Amino acid sequence: MFDLIVPAILVSIVSFFSVYAITPFLIHALEKRNLTVKDYHRKGGDMIPRPGGPSILIGIIASEVTLFAFFPTTAIITIIVTTSLAFVVGIIDDRKALGGWFKPIALAASAIPIILLGSYDTNLAFPLFGSFKIPALYLALIIFIIPITGNTINSIDVLNGVVSGFMAIASFSLSASLFVMQNYEIAIASLPLGFVSLAFYKYHKFPSRIFPGDSGALTLGAMYGVIAILGHVEIVAAIALLPAVMNSFLFLSSVKRIVEHRQIKNPTIVTSDFKLMATEDKDAPITLLRLILATGPMTEKQIVSVIFKMAFFSALLAIITAFMMGIKI
Amino acid sequence: MMNYTIFSFILIMWILIIIGGGFLVVLTSMISLEGYVKIGFLELYYASIAKAVIAIILIIIWIYILTKIKNWIFYKKIKT
Repeated sequence: MFDLIVPAILVSIVSFFSVYAITPFLIHALEKRNLTVKDYHRKGGDMIPRPGGPSILIGIIASEVTLFAFFPTTAIITIIVTTSLAFVVGIIDDRKALGGWFKPIALAASAIPIILLGSYDTNLAFPLFGSFKIPALYLALIIFIIPITGNTINSIDVLNGVVSGFMAIASFSLSASLFVMQNYEIAIASLPLGFVSLAFYKYHKFPSRIFPGDSGALTLGAMYGVIAILGHVEIVAAIALLPAVMNSFLFLSSVKRIVEHRQIKNPTIVTSDFKLMATEDKDAPITLLRLILATGPMTEKQIVSVIFKMAFFSALLAIITAFMMGIKI
Repeated sequence: MMNYTIFSFILIMWILIIIGGGFLVVLTSMISLEGYVKIGFLELYYASIAKAVIAIILIIIWIYILTKIKNWIFYKKIKT
């Protein structure tokens, strides 16, 4: 057990403090190059540096390379390669806004190393009922999982601190689930995701000093998807993401096509006292944010608090599901 | 009040995943092409395709049920 505790503590420290230390330098560098975007929800509309993806990626790579020194497995190489490719997709989208189909296709391509390195199992495990083997179908599933997790996480990057805080909660619950299911190596490999998100949240929470951008959100989402595949916890991972899944489901069922969020009408409007309220425009999509605001205008901090409560609720359901994996009826 | 309905929707999604997964495992475990397809690896892939078809049908049913529940839960708010 000692040989697991030491790397677990070490990768947690490396991942947290590398992002914590690098992000202020990144903020300074982005401001110097005038790579900033307006925060429309804030009084005065401050210009915020973007993207924070590079510091997130550095934190992930630094911690996974540290872990590789303890466990030299292809699983860790797969995490590094796939996450880095997703980062490249994100940084391209950050620099040059591309069409709605670019990200899903490019993210699908970034999942190819998982297949090439053979870091997967063809069993899909469900709670209570066991698993079923899908040799050919699972390859297709791998190609779908990374774009789904990447874009689902990206779709909730709507307010200060939401994506980083949400990812911290979801990934710690995924790590806890992996420990429950006694998949210790992948559980330790998943810890950097939670700690990187937590360290980034320090700068991303309201009032944000940096935005993660597509490079940050897609990097976090892709790593989450890879962990789900490598740890054989696809269903548990989906459950921990339920509020984000619900957001995507509501969005797609109202828009009825795959489209960039920049191309659609904003489902919220800002009041004169800088609260957010749901728009009355019937053509605007229905999103999680719009439903939360159905009770009336709220401050950004209040909305984020509601989303985090939902994330904790889903995290609890995910851990319950992990325990249910051990029960067969 | 609205937030409670969102929490209940998340809970319903979770229950549907558990039940849907159960159906998937039970139905696909019944599929065996032994005796119908003689060539080893082809048998495996035909069975996989049959399982994929069942999985896709179940996912469509899952989305349909979820859409109906969504409309039922959020009906008034969506209309306004």
